[in-house]
Amino acid sequence: MSGALLSIQDVAVELPTPRGNLRAVDRVNLTLEAGRTLGVVGESGCGKTMLSRAILQLLPKKARLSGRVMFAGQDLARLEPESLRKLRGRDLAVVFQDPMTSLNPVLTIGTQLMETIQEHLELDAAAAKKRSIELLTAVGIPAPEQRLTQYPHQCSGGMRQRIAIAIALSCEPKLLIADEPTTALDVTIQAQILDLLAREQRRRHMAMILITHDLGVVAGRADEVAVMYAGRVVERAPTPALFKRMHMPYTEALLAAIPKLETAPHTPLPAISGRPPDPTRPVPGCSFAPRCRYAAGRCHQAKPDLSAAETAGHFYACFHPIRMAEGIGA
Amino acid sequence: MLNFVVRRLLYLIPVLAAVSLLTFLIASLLPGDLAYVILGDQATPEKVAALRHDMGLDQPMWWRYLSWLGQVVQGDLGRSFRTGQTVLQAVAERIPVSIELMLLAEIIGLAIGVPLAIACAARAGGAFDRFMTGGAFAMLSVPSFLSAILLIYLFAVELHWLPATGYVPLTEDPAANLRFFVLPALTLALAEWPGIMRVLRSDMIATLQEDYISLAKAKGLKPSRILFVHALKPSSLTLVTITGINIGRLIGGALIVESIFALPGIGRLLVGAIYTRDLIILQGVVLLVASGFVIMNFIVDMLYAVLDPRIRHGHA
Repeated sequence: MSGALLSIQDVAVELPTPRGNLRAVDRVNLTLEAGRTLGVVGESGCGKTMLSRAILQLLPKKARLSGRVMFAGQDLARLEPESLRKLRGRDLAVVFQDPMTSLNPVLTIGTQLMETIQEHLELDAAAAKKRSIELLTAVGIPAPEQRLTQYPHQCSGGMRQRIAIAIALSCEPKLLIADEPTTALDVTIQAQILDLLAREQRRRHMAMILITHDLGVVAGRADEVAVMYAGRVVERAPTPALFKRMHMPYTEALLAAIPKLETAPHTPLPAISGRPPDPTRPVPGCSFAPRCRYAAGRCHQAKPDLSAAETAGHFYACFHPIRMAEGIGA
Repeated sequence: MLNFVVRRLLYLIPVLAAVSLLTFLIASLLPGDLAYVILGDQATPEKVAALRHDMGLDQPMWWRYLSWLGQVVQGDLGRSFRTGQTVLQAVAERIPVSIELMLLAEIIGLAIGVPLAIACAARAGGAFDRFMTGGAFAMLSVPSFLSAILLIYLFAVELHWLPATGYVPLTEDPAANLRFFVLPALTLALAEWPGIMRVLRSDMIATLQEDYISLAKAKGLKPSRILFVHALKPSSLTLVTITGINIGRLIGGALIVESIFALPGIGRLLVGAIYTRDLIILQGVVLLVASGFVIMNFIVDMLYAVLDPRIRHGHA
């Protein structure tokens, strides 16, 4: 573990709300080695975005963060603002979900690219411009030189996300956090963007956290997957091990909720019934128990801890894990 | 962009037509026949009828409006029947005073309001923010005649730093001219900065919640760059609007402040014209001032386009 680039230890995030404290992230432990990809999967409101904000130290002002976020040997949660600023954008980069809102509408694309480069790398304007053009070319933007003088609203959504990726890659970060990078995009663009991220990640040998609600997205692209539910990591495994044998009923339900090509038309989608628990009213037992078809007495009284499965690196938090020999059969 | 400018210019035509009609109606519908006002004590029914005929007052109103408009379009706004000065001469004489006062007041108002707004927004909800927001609210409710008297008392009567009233043309003695302008400009600025501050502060706070500000932070940019480059520009549309309205309003002279400080600006010209029932001057000045206001709003629209490229390109 000492060689890990990122090590999240007992990270919890609490947000004060008028209805009481909301526990958005609940004692999460994760590690990520340099050059590897971690997929974080869960439905809306499960805390995956809050977890990414906790790593970046971009939580809302009133949020309380506990635990340690060790990045390249430093605890980001306890870093001076100035040291943190020098790390962000340079070693630690992010791509947000919605490229329609994540680029500044009144600044040109060139300004938004070059300001990052010039902030962190000692390049003059001409060299920064040259680098910006190279980056835009690398992310697949035609006529990059003209794009530099344009504003975000003159580009399509997919184009803007490519630009956001170019900004994130601009200083060769060690870790890239991609927070649902394709959710706001057209389905036809999604695969292109994900392939672009995977290609650049391999080429630059950076580590990546890929946050998504779609297990299909992480399937071929992540080395390891962490499934989150109600602020907690409920199952964590190397990707092949997870898809070979998932233990957590929630993971199974998530996978079953993906529409499949071979299903006959008009078949209702096996959606997960019910809603995630109210995060301001913690339940004593497993938080998935109210929606789980395997739940029994014990599930409503105690929270299962993460325990090791038979495969190395595979952990799950469930009293009644699914024991199926072959894949899933929902 | 050229298309945008032309379109906005075309909008000005109906607006200015409406302005001229309203101005004409106000002057025409005021009680008291202009011929009686001019003739005063010597008014006999024959003289009144003759003068009314000479001035075209016996014509129907729509005809009088059109002939007046025809003259206005040719640059003839008429002349005062009391001083013999044309409206344009009278305005040209007074407008430098009002413009100088307006510029100084806006500069001081922005110089106080903008930095305070940024400081408050950067630490919204903090002690400084709460104090300044309350202070601005208090200042908004102080009428300018009161702050004028307080400033005169403090700086002119007690401290003897500045003259209380009077005026020297800028061309004669710039230093003395400025000394006469400090207190009236400050009086106006004291009424301007709270509005400037509150509007910019709330727009900045809203902008600072935007995704692109989070991304700017994630890019490791300096806090000053985030505030001044990423947040200030998209937050300044409302600020530009109210500054434009303030400027437009002050081009027409600050009636109360010019009167208190004895500055010979447009405001005093208007007040004088009302007292002496000099309707030609009144009508001409109101038309010019209203047109100035409309043109100022046009300039504000142009500034939007400079600030926000989406307006420039016809989106949004």
